[in-house]
Parts: sequence; C-alpha cells; structure tokens
Amino acid sequence: MKKAFPILALLTAVFLSYALYLALEVAPREQTMGDVQRIFYYHVPSAWTAFLLFFINFLASIQYLVRRTPSTDKVANWLLITVAVLSCVAAAIIGMVPSLKSALPADVRLSSIATTGPIIAGLYFLVRKLFSLEGVDALAITTAEVGVAFCTVVLVTGPLWARPVWGIWWTWDIRLTSTLVLWLIYVSYLVLRRFSSSGQTPVLAAALAVFGALDVPLVYFSIWIFRTQHPQPVIGGGGSIDPRMLHVLLINWLAFLCFAGLVCWSRYRLEMFKRQVEETQALEALLEPRSVPR
Amino acid sequence: MSAPVSGITLVTLAKDIRLEWRSKDAINSMLFFALLVVVVFSFSFDPLAEESRQIAGGLVWVSFLFAAIVALNQTWARELRNQVLDAYRVSPAPANSLFLAKALGNFIFVLILEAAMTPLFVVFYKLRALGPAWQLLPVAILGTWAIVVNGTFFAAMSLRTRSREIMLPLLLFPITIPALISMVEATTIILVGDPATSAKFWIVLLATYDVVFTTGCLALFETVLHAE
Amino acid sequence: MSDPKAADVQPDPIISVNNLIKQFGRFAALRGVTASFQAARLYGILGDNGAGKTTLLRMLAGLTTPTRGRITMLGSSDPRNVCREFGYMAHPSLLYDEMSAMENLRYFARLYGLQDDSRCAQIIASVGLDPNLQRPVGQYSQGMRQRISLARALLNDPMLLLLDEPFSNVDIRSAREMVKLLAHMRDSGKTIFVVTHQASLLEGTADEFVWMQNGQIINRTPDLKFMETA
Repeated sequence: MKKAFPILALLTAVFLSYALYLALEVAPREQTMGDVQRIFYYHVPSAWTAFLLFFINFLASIQYLVRRTPSTDKVANWLLITVAVLSCVAAAIIGMVPSLKSALPADVRLSSIATTGPIIAGLYFLVRKLFSLEGVDALAITTAEVGVAFCTVVLVTGPLWARPVWGIWWTWDIRLTSTLVLWLIYVSYLVLRRFSSSGQTPVLAAALAVFGALDVPLVYFSIWIFRTQHPQPVIGGGGSIDPRMLHVLLINWLAFLCFAGLVCWSRYRLEMFKRQVEETQALEALLEPRSVPR
Repeated sequence: MSAPVSGITLVTLAKDIRLEWRSKDAINSMLFFALLVVVVFSFSFDPLAEESRQIAGGLVWVSFLFAAIVALNQTWARELRNQVLDAYRVSPAPANSLFLAKALGNFIFVLILEAAMTPLFVVFYKLRALGPAWQLLPVAILGTWAIVVNGTFFAAMSLRTRSREIMLPLLLFPITIPALISMVEATTIILVGDPATSAKFWIVLLATYDVVFTTGCLALFETVLHAE
Repeated sequence: MSDPKAADVQPDPIISVNNLIKQFGRFAALRGVTASFQAARLYGILGDNGAGKTTLLRMLAGLTTPTRGRITMLGSSDPRNVCREFGYMAHPSLLYDEMSAMENLRYFARLYGLQDDSRCAQIIASVGLDPNLQRPVGQYSQGMRQRISLARALLNDPMLLLLDEPFSNVDIRSAREMVKLLAHMRDSGKTIFVVTHQASLLEGTADEFVWMQNGQIINRTPDLKFMETA
C-alpha cells in the first residue's frame, strides 16, 4: 500500500499535466467564447467529481444507518437489488411499447435507464464489500470533505467563466444553483460533524446526509420550474458538444478522478489511523491500574 | 397495552399548549420579535405599490422564516430543564408521538406569528392579492409545515451539539431552500395575479416536499432522540 | 442469616451484567463490571464521585449503551424492551416545573398507557404528598421534589426501581420516610437499586451494599463495615 502511493501520485501528476496540455493547446478553440471557454475543462470535471463523491457519501451514510441492525441491512440489500432489476425491466418495457418510447425526452436513452439501477446497486454493494461499518463512516467523512473541496472549485470557476463571457458574476442557472445548495448542505454536514459532542455523531451526520440527498432532486426541480417562469442566461451552454472537445473533457475527468481518488485515499487512511490511535488510547485508559482500596 | 401514537401525541400537544398558555412568556416575546422584524424590513425596503407586489412574497416569507427560527429554538427548552427527555426515553411511548406533538405545537405557534405579521405587512406595503387569494391558504399551511417539520427535527439534532442556537438555522436553511423558493414564487404569483401564470406547480412541489420530509423525519427521529 | 453469595446460586438473577465497559473518548466510566442481582432485594450502590455508579444505573435504564459487554435484564438483552417493568429516578427531577404534581403524574401516566387518575392520586399520597396541591412542582422544597420524582418512577408499578441519589439535599425526616417506603416496597417483592452518597441511611434496610471504585465493583457486603476500613 505504502509503496504504491508515491508511484500512483506520480502517474496522476503526469496524467493531470497531459490533460491540462490537451485542454489548453489541443482542444479546438470555441467559436463564440474563445479561449476563455477552456475553463470548461476544469469546471465540468470538478462538478462531476464532486457529485460522484457526494453520491458515494449518500450511499455510505445509508449503509451506516442500516448496517447497525441485521434486519434493516437485509431489507436495504433487497431494496437495492429491486432497484437494479426494476430499471432494467422499465427500460425493456419502454423499448417494447412505442407510445412510451416516443414520450421519452430527447436526450434520455434507453441504455441510460437500464444501466442506472444496476450502477447504483453495484456501487452500493462495492462499498459494502470494501468497507466495514466503521470504515463506511470514515468513507463518509472523506467523501464529504473532498467533495466540498471540488464543489468549491465549481462555484469559483463558474463565476470566473461567466464574467468575461456573459458579463455577469452569477445567475440562477439550474446547475450552478443546485451545486450551490449541495455545497451548503455539505458544509452544514461538516459543521455538524465538528460541533457534535455526542458519541452518536456518525448517526446524526448520516441522517443529515440522507436529508440532503432527499433535498437535491427537489432543489433541481424547483429551480427548473423557476427558470421556465423567469428565463435566465445559461452558463456552460447546453446542447451538443464537438466530439474533440468531448474527448478532452473525458480525459480531464479521468485525470480529476485519479487525483480525487488519491486525495480520498490519503484522507481515509488518515481517518482510520486517527481512530486506531483513539481506540488504543481508550484501551490504555481502560487498563490503567486501579488504585488499591485501603 | 400501549397507548396509540395519536393518543400520546394529542396529550403531549395539549400539555405543551397548556403550559405555554400559562406562562405566555415565549409567545409574548416572539410576537414582539415578529413585529420588530416587520418594521425593520419595512424600513429597509420602502417600495411603491406596484414594486411591492413583486418583492412582497420574498420579504414576507423570509421574515416568517426568521420568526420561526426563534420559535423553533425553544422547542425543547422545557424538556431540557430537569432532563425530562430522559423520562420520555425510558417510557414505552413511541418517539414519533413526541416528534409529531412538538412539530404540531410549533406549527400552531408559527401560524399564530404569521397571522399576527400578515396584517402589518398588508398595511406597510399596501398589499392586495390580484390573483386567487384563496390559494394563499394552502401555500401558508404547506409552507409553514415545511419549515416546522424540518425545524423540529434539526432542533432535536442540535441538542447534542455545541452552539445549539446557531446549529439549528445552519442545518435548516440549506435543506429548506426548495421549499422557500416554492413559497416565495407561489405567493408572488398570487399577489401579482398575472393570468398567464399559476401557482399550482409550486403548491404541488410544496406538498411533495412536505410528504418527503415528514416521512424522513418520522423515520429518523427515534435514532436522533436516543443519541446520547 | 442467608449468605448473599449463596443466594446467587438459587433463582435466576433479575439482572446480570457481563464485562460492562463504557468509554467516553479516553475516559473509562466503567471498566468491566460483571455481577448478578437477585429479585426482591434492596441494593445500595456506593462509591466516590466518578466511580461509575450513575453510568451503571443509566445503562440499566437503557439511557446509555455499553461500549462493550452485555446486560441481561428480566430476560432481555436490551433494557428498552422491558421499559414497562422498571422505573427510573435521577438527580434532576424529570418533571415539568410549571405543572402541579397531579398534572405531571397524569401526563407521564399517559405515556405508559395508563388513563387512571385515581392511581396517580394514590401514588402521590403513598410518598407522603398531597395530591390536591396545585402548587407547581418547581416551587416544591427539595424533599418534596425528590418524593414526587419517586412517585413518577412508581407510576407503572414496576418490578424494578433504579434510583440515583434519591436522598440528596433531602431533610433527614423525609429521607428516613423514603427509606421506610423503599423497604416496604422491597418486602412486597420489588427489586430496588439505590445509588447514594448517604450510605448510613440504608444501614439495616439494604440487603447488600455494592461498592464501586474507578469503574469497577470492588466489593459486595451485607453491611457498612467495609467503609470503615476503606
């Protein structure tokens, strides 16, 4: 483990440099926005990484809550399997019924519907296999902290991009606003972890993470309706993307994921070491020789 | 045989109302605070009648939110004195009865505050609903429940933290954002009364929010209550 | 007459704890408490501040969970499952200061599913207080407050009583009356645990004294002679 880390760090550094080079030099110049648009290759991968980390935090929080009792654990497992199966079934049904198929929005493909369930379930069971109950809590802290870091990058690069291109610092763009709310929720999560004096802090934090996850789709939807009534400029552009740009974007995302993985790994190890130290200290306190009654 | 959830909820709610009625210290200070909030906002934003309809929705709900925070912060005050929560925890009474009783109590409390603040806003901002005014009722009820249900839950969570009073708004505000958007937009639409717009989407969204989070709170409250 | 140790062999213990450990970070409140307790006894739990007496009692009441170890109480491994069978009293009164004795007891009775007001009045009278007194409990003297607090613990007619410092700041006369009441309840079959600093009050009444120090039980004796040598 220890030997692998510096090597992986070096590889990641090289990869990141390559991705940066692609973004700055190789990627084609954007028609309307010019070179300023290149911040896109920094902004979007950060966002996707942050969302992935927060999603893992959500899975870890659920696991922490359900794995404490065997009955809820079993229920949760079966629920995940059901979700995976249902999404495949739903995709199959939609594919076979022409009226449903045409009712699908333009950019939603059957394959996305079919794979969403299994991917979620797969991630859940992967986390479950790799992490013990205590490890799952350490994973939750890790992904929350690193996620907030990446999310901050998104919120800073967004306005930096918007200002020279559209002349405004901020707009209630649906993605930017959802990202802001997600950032707020997870900062409050970190504050709760720091300020909680209870031995049950992990449980309270996990409950908050679940609430946050329930909130996100509602946030997205509410801003979406808001925008249909108050048309606002769209930062980041929608619609189709030049395949060469997509290529650079994906490479950048991969590089960011490697970097995020490394940081999470370090943080996770730090957290586990910290817990081991605390446990050892507690054990020492327990075994201290008691004063002899005389 | 254990008493049904509803029985204990009603008994607890009745007890809280009775105690509040006797001392009246919380409700009096909060009514005065609510009045102050309205006055301060009115000094800060002194619009013409046309503009006021556009922004009143936001102003009214933000001031309701601030008044609600003060009410929510004292939700568990009586239970903390003399560690009454321990008595509740060792009894067979279900945790959710306690939660519903406290949430309903806060709900009534905040509705009273809103009822007191609304006439003042109408007067200061010369408000008049140009749209279907009856829709303001579901907005007020659903919106207030949205704030109160999560507020009661997070008030219980912040019992186990340092800086209890600041933890409550800190945890509550981000989660409440979609509900806040809905309340503000719905109210503005109703006040402005543009026939092309309808508050129905927002009311449905508020109802969805309420259902989702009431379920979440009921599912997780027992865990929070028994956290040491 | 009967040797306390021989009694352990006889009927099933009402409570047995095995290697109970409770740690708050680096502070170990309980360091491995193993013991069995019989029914229909009055146990006095003694020891200095920080010995772990309150932690042990709270653990038996289900208010705190052990870091390690097991509790078997009335056949169940989780005190919360048998919460109808025990009553808990602590140093804070666990009552609403703004309500009268009757109003307090009536409310807490509802939590146990009891609708009977006369029972509340009966219990208040049994601890030597006036059920018709309208004065809010917050204005009671300490002795009265401890007694009404005890009354609340008796609401569900529990088999087991867990009392933490019931005599603290109570005048001697009230304290002696409470001890008489506890002895009477023990004689009618209840098991009673009393954590107290005033061991002398229980002398002659308690069946056994459990001595704790530094989070462990260091001795169990039928009388207070151990205290003089400690």
